[in-house]
Amino acid sequence: MGYVAVRGGEEAIGNAEKLLRAARAGGDSELLSPRQIREQLHLAVDRVMGEGSLYAPDLAALAFKQAAGDSFEAAFILRSYRTTLPRIGYAAPAATERMRVIRRISAAFKEVPGGQILGPTADYTLRLLDFDLAQESAEATRRAIREFFQAAETLEPLPERFPKVVALLRREGLLVERRKAAAAASPVVDVTREALSFPAPRSAQLQTLARGETGGLLALAYSNMRGYGSVHPVIGELRVGYLPVEVSHPPDGGLRRIGEIKVTEAEVIARLGREDGEPRFTLGYGLCFGHNETKAIAMAVLDRAMSASEPEAPSEDQEFVLTHVDGIESMGFCNHYKLPHYVTFQSDLDRLRRIRSSPSGPGEAGPPDPKAGGA
Amino acid sequence: MTLPPPIVQVRGLTRRFGTGCPACPELTGPAAETNQCPRCRSVTACREVSFELHSGEVLGIVGESGSGKSTVVRLLHFDLAPTAGEYRLNLNGAAAAGLPWLEPGQNLFELGPHQRRQLRNRLMGIVYQNPLLGLRLKVTAGGNIAERLLMAGWRRVERMRERAADLLARTEVPVERMDELPRHFSGGMQQRVQIAKALSTDPAVLLLDEVTTGLDVSVQARVLDLIRSLQRELQIATIVVSHDLGVIRMLTTRTLVMRYGGIVEQGLSDQILEDPQHPYTQLLVNSTL
Amino acid sequence: MSRPARAGAPADWRDGLPPGRDGYSFAFLDAGAKREIRRRILKAVAIPGCQVPFGSREMPIARGWGTGGLQLTLALIGPEDVLKVIDQGADDSVNAVSIRRFVQRVTGVRTTTDTPAATLIQTRHRIPEEPLRPHQILVFQVPIPEPLRLVEPSEKETRRMHAEADYSRMWLYLYEDIVTYGEITIGARYPVLVNRRHLMDPSPIPRWDVERLDRNPALMLFCAGREKRIYALPPHTLVEPLQFEDVPFRVESFAGRRCRRCGSARSFLDEAIDEATGRRSYACSDAAFCEKVRKAGGRTAPEPEEGGP
Repeated sequence: MGYVAVRGGEEAIGNAEKLLRAARAGGDSELLSPRQIREQLHLAVDRVMGEGSLYAPDLAALAFKQAAGDSFEAAFILRSYRTTLPRIGYAAPAATERMRVIRRISAAFKEVPGGQILGPTADYTLRLLDFDLAQESAEATRRAIREFFQAAETLEPLPERFPKVVALLRREGLLVERRKAAAAASPVVDVTREALSFPAPRSAQLQTLARGETGGLLALAYSNMRGYGSVHPVIGELRVGYLPVEVSHPPDGGLRRIGEIKVTEAEVIARLGREDGEPRFTLGYGLCFGHNETKAIAMAVLDRAMSASEPEAPSEDQEFVLTHVDGIESMGFCNHYKLPHYVTFQSDLDRLRRIRSSPSGPGEAGPPDPKAGGA
Repeated sequence: MTLPPPIVQVRGLTRRFGTGCPACPELTGPAAETNQCPRCRSVTACREVSFELHSGEVLGIVGESGSGKSTVVRLLHFDLAPTAGEYRLNLNGAAAAGLPWLEPGQNLFELGPHQRRQLRNRLMGIVYQNPLLGLRLKVTAGGNIAERLLMAGWRRVERMRERAADLLARTEVPVERMDELPRHFSGGMQQRVQIAKALSTDPAVLLLDEVTTGLDVSVQARVLDLIRSLQRELQIATIVVSHDLGVIRMLTTRTLVMRYGGIVEQGLSDQILEDPQHPYTQLLVNSTL
Repeated sequence: MSRPARAGAPADWRDGLPPGRDGYSFAFLDAGAKREIRRRILKAVAIPGCQVPFGSREMPIARGWGTGGLQLTLALIGPEDVLKVIDQGADDSVNAVSIRRFVQRVTGVRTTTDTPAATLIQTRHRIPEEPLRPHQILVFQVPIPEPLRLVEPSEKETRRMHAEADYSRMWLYLYEDIVTYGEITIGARYPVLVNRRHLMDPSPIPRWDVERLDRNPALMLFCAGREKRIYALPPHTLVEPLQFEDVPFRVESFAGRRCRRCGSARSFLDEAIDEATGRRSYACSDAAFCEKVRKAGGRTAPEPEEGGP
């Protein structure tokens, strides 16, 4: 018994951490502030919040700084911080019709009620390296922004709400109703409190995808779009904006608004199905924290793909998709192979030597001569 | 002469694909000349199929594709679940050994999945048209046979290998190829490995689903000869499903003729082939002669 | 907008962690999480060898690095416990150091390298050489809790196989190995049958340790954080490696070899290749055991070993 005198290990770990800190703040440029990251690398922050499964821009920016820009690592730091937070309650379901929209487009209809709102998007920019940014003047940039918004003040403000495009199709009875069926089937589960079991209820599917790693979701969804699968998506509506968060207030049980979160929502219309007899369009749904359109669309495609009754491609097999999209899990497991495996390797060596040392391949316990038995 | 009770009793076997509707029974079947309900688009693959199979008997089920004959076999092998029907086995003591939970006269469709799996492994053998369904092509020929023995509780490698070698020899598969993968075998040899696998646990019932379809004529003849001699030797109650009247003639004593999921005619195979009564059977017989 | 819930950590935090227990619950996990994990442990103990799903929490160490074992340790540990952490048998392996340091930081418990002195031992890939006692708990870190994953990738199907005790495909795998290689090729992570009912993955311990699971007086708990499964071997549980009647299970052979440090010929040995001579030499994988044998007057002179391959 007594205190452990460890040989070397502890000191080596301590030094490795110091080196890591030195590498993060390497060079002699000004140190990044989390605020700079939050404001100027906001898409990275959004991604970290989504994969870290915690809506906290300041903390996500801090994690991104700490992880020196590794989004896997930053999401991981945020996720493990999340674990320590008390679970106070669950927010009320939020209707995305009430989203304060900054961008909304539909690829299904040229004209949609409320109109197409491009918002901040890089979609139509030429991806030319902008050398001016290398010597950007804060003053000039701020002035340009100010002038841009001043000019916009004369314009009519955006409406508070936009009607949902898919609601039009729904009203005509052209869409398969998955929402009602799913809600009736099971209560909402919390994937952070219960391990997934298969077939997983839709609430668990959507939560798992929403926490999924953007690249992982994209690779699987892309495989489906390209041909290993049969979802041919049309983006019914993609919207980015702020969604009010409401909780039930203990004294009277009424809903109180506690803030709003920025989200991206995608609704993709996919091939016909006739689950209830009548042929209808099917729908895939994606929603994630922050502004991350690639993730929302990929999620919607996977949501639709996983509803296939007989999976024919990996992206249609919900077990395959849901157990492989989590970035924290997959990156942890991938990296754990760096840990020592001396014992298992010793065991493998023993097996190999035993097999090789036996005469003529099969060892002393090898298969009996089949001809001895019958024939 | 009193016959012993039949080893297999099937009553009212029905399987529908799709939601079904009240009109299905009327709008599908041999009389309606379709198996798809025009109202709800559901397909009734087989309906109200009843028959008995006696110890040592070989029963043929003949019909064109879509007649429901393969569905019947898959239902009997628990590959599919029925929409309705009863399925009973009357076993002697030896065959029922190892299945202590099996009660006499029990409807097998009411068994749980675990019991069905056990029962199938111990008492049934099946040979599919497609060897992919019956064999693991990435497992050695001997391993394929061993799998069923392992499931039946065998735990001695040497005894399993003796058993596998014996079965392969009987089914005319060169025993020295026992440790090779069946995906390197010819189609005829794959079928013979399937037969060996089907026989591995001394089944009470053997199901043969279009076993020679797709094989060369000379290979077909050899496989059929093999089945006939094994059947005579082992006296296993067998159901032979085929669209080929030649196969029915060669192997079976009694035959059911199916069309649009229902039985349209049944009787001794010789009689049916010589003097078909139902117009459809007449068409079948005439078109092959 | 959102404000960090714990913005401005106290100045005496070190390495992102609070000093002692302040700021975090004792043993890091909140009381609700601990209660849930303990309930799952009870269920696992009630059905030896059966995998019980649980709501695995994210830990400050990476998935695959022992988050499962760590959650069990944190859910079970009390202020009076004495903790030992090993990886590959060694207390000073980097990952063992990191885990021990974390648990000590958030609990303040005493730690030890001495197996009999520990009340709670967390391990990766080994069972300590010294026999365990009743009332000791051994917590295994598990990468892949499903022994059938080797033959079947789908969770839905493996759950069915466990429910029906249908292990014929695992047996078939062993049969095919014997036919192809003359030997079963599985070294570490050898599948075991618990109480003649559940097939269990013993975690990647060597075959050497598999036999030591059988009817062990200590409580053995297994947890896979990433795969979110807990399973258990209550004291004195029957544990048998899958083996054919005519092909006996064999542990790793160290015939004629001894530890170059302590001279032991009765422990699992790590193999090393001497850079200068190219010769193979061997040393105990259980470093604390080795140290003890040496102090007790075991052989200290290095043993001559056979030539390299």
